[in-house]
Amino acid sequence: MASDVRAGASAAAIRPVGAPGSSQVIRTGGTARVAIYLILGLFCLYYLLPLYVMVVNSLKPLSEIQAGGMMSLPRDWTVEPWGKAWSTAQIGVAATGLRPFFLNSILMVVPAVALSTVLGAMNGYVLTKWRFRGDTWVFGMLLFACFIPFQMVLIPMARLLGLMGLAGTVPGLIFVHLVYGIGFSTLYFKNYYQQFPTELVRAAQIDGAGFFTIFRRIMLPSSGPIAVVCIIWQFTNIWNDFLFGASFSDFDSQPMTVALNNLVQSSTGVKEYNVHFAGAIMAALPTLLVYVVAGRYFVRGLMAGSVKG
Amino acid sequence: MPQTVPRRVSGTDWLRDALPKLVLSPSLAVVLVFVYGFILFTFVLSFTDSRILPSFGWVGLENYQKLFGLRAWGIAIDNLLIFGSLYIVICCVVGLGLAIFLDQKIRAEGFIRTIYLYPMALSFIVTGTAWKWFLDPGIGLQAVVRSWGWEGFAFEWIKDPKMAIYTIVIAAVWQTSGFVMAMFLAGLRGIDTEVMKAAQIDGASTFALYRRIIIPQLRPAFMSAFVVLAHMAIKSYDLVIALTGGGPGTATEVPATFMYSYTFTRNQMGIGAASAVIMLMSIAAIMVPFIYSELRERK
Repeated sequence: MASDVRAGASAAAIRPVGAPGSSQVIRTGGTARVAIYLILGLFCLYYLLPLYVMVVNSLKPLSEIQAGGMMSLPRDWTVEPWGKAWSTAQIGVAATGLRPFFLNSILMVVPAVALSTVLGAMNGYVLTKWRFRGDTWVFGMLLFACFIPFQMVLIPMARLLGLMGLAGTVPGLIFVHLVYGIGFSTLYFKNYYQQFPTELVRAAQIDGAGFFTIFRRIMLPSSGPIAVVCIIWQFTNIWNDFLFGASFSDFDSQPMTVALNNLVQSSTGVKEYNVHFAGAIMAALPTLLVYVVAGRYFVRGLMAGSVKG
Repeated sequence: MPQTVPRRVSGTDWLRDALPKLVLSPSLAVVLVFVYGFILFTFVLSFTDSRILPSFGWVGLENYQKLFGLRAWGIAIDNLLIFGSLYIVICCVVGLGLAIFLDQKIRAEGFIRTIYLYPMALSFIVTGTAWKWFLDPGIGLQAVVRSWGWEGFAFEWIKDPKMAIYTIVIAAVWQTSGFVMAMFLAGLRGIDTEVMKAAQIDGASTFALYRRIIIPQLRPAFMSAFVVLAHMAIKSYDLVIALTGGGPGTATEVPATFMYSYTFTRNQMGIGAASAVIMLMSIAAIMVPFIYSELRERK
């Protein structure tokens, strides 16, 4: 019962106001409504504050920040910090800017997301439409794997990547993200395919369609929404990862998050806050863009990954 | 359900029956080796004299005894308890409050929700960078308020070993509370309205209605929020690194940063492995009952 309610809630993400089931039956008075709008507005400001700080300070000269003007709009607008963060800022030992690391992140994210999504779809298909003895156990093991503290695998993984010759390389990072991404992508597709009528699969089977034909012709055409959810989730997670990047990459293969941290934490020279903020926005832009374009799917992924996980 | 039509067993039939399992097996093998095998490996290491590299001289529980005798580990555990409990409680209070307010037929609800939730799309390193400089007394909030003429204003938590851990709470709550709001809002929208209408006709006040009828029905949402937040708190690493780097000194050390520094920079791999085992056990204590009940409910 409870699980049904939650399944409904996550399937439709959050239903709009006025839809059947909206719990709002209480009439609130005028003053109360003003207070509610005020509070909601204040929280909007709270959530937007760091974004505002990052944006305005990435567009002003360093001297304005040092003079205590962090909250004000730039007096002299400049895009110089952006140029510097992108191509000339000192990251670790070399003055390369963040550009090569942005590329590293893209090279790492694309294959890792694609492969883990494909595997997740196949796994979800098997676990719901070709059930076998002990499949719940198999799924439980995949599920628990999503939540382990990765500190538990750092030491052996570092050894293994060394043995495979993948230590400190982008392919090594792809491998790691693929391995630890399978659990979540399987979870998404399994929950989604569970709602899919099994009768259709059985009917196709009687007509002589095989395992892959059924997947391609019947399951895949209706998998669009969940594929989007899964891709967005994996993209956001892998792009934002820091622990694996910091543990398993060399200077040349660092992903964006690690490079940004190196830029901000570097203790030599003057702290160029404006460059740091510009770099932070660069690291945030891809996932932020995905959120703005496909926020609905992002929220669905969050809910399915947490409420049902 | 598997096919029940009896068939003669031939090569193709065997393949057809085994195909689904064959498709699933690479993923299962990967998880068995790289998750469960690795867990076992680290578990074994925690009983050995490993230093820079894994070695297999058995030392029994020595690493655990050393670990719990270390001041840094004590600080990490205390910090996790302070951070974790404040993080969970504040996120739940803010999240529930905002969800209830947003559930009052608010105009532009979708827009407000988008603003509340966008921090979840950001990397903790980005969040950490933004808050690190915003909380920095030299240029951030303190400097700004002083430049506005309030010369005596002081806000130096991030530099103060006693208060620094609370700055991590501030940034972490900022990042996740919108998400907790979304969980509660989904819960609120799933509640049966009939009971509420009846209670209202009986003359229950809005406050009583929420306290007696609505909030108790949000139990599953509270459970989910607790599990998600507790698990995120134990795993917190990026945010601490970006915001305080574990400092000032070791003031904001947490188990995740402790494990990393003992294993990879202090060359005490045995102790690092022991700390990872403790982290896994605390997460398992939260996740296993939850996953078990979820899987059983669904059958």
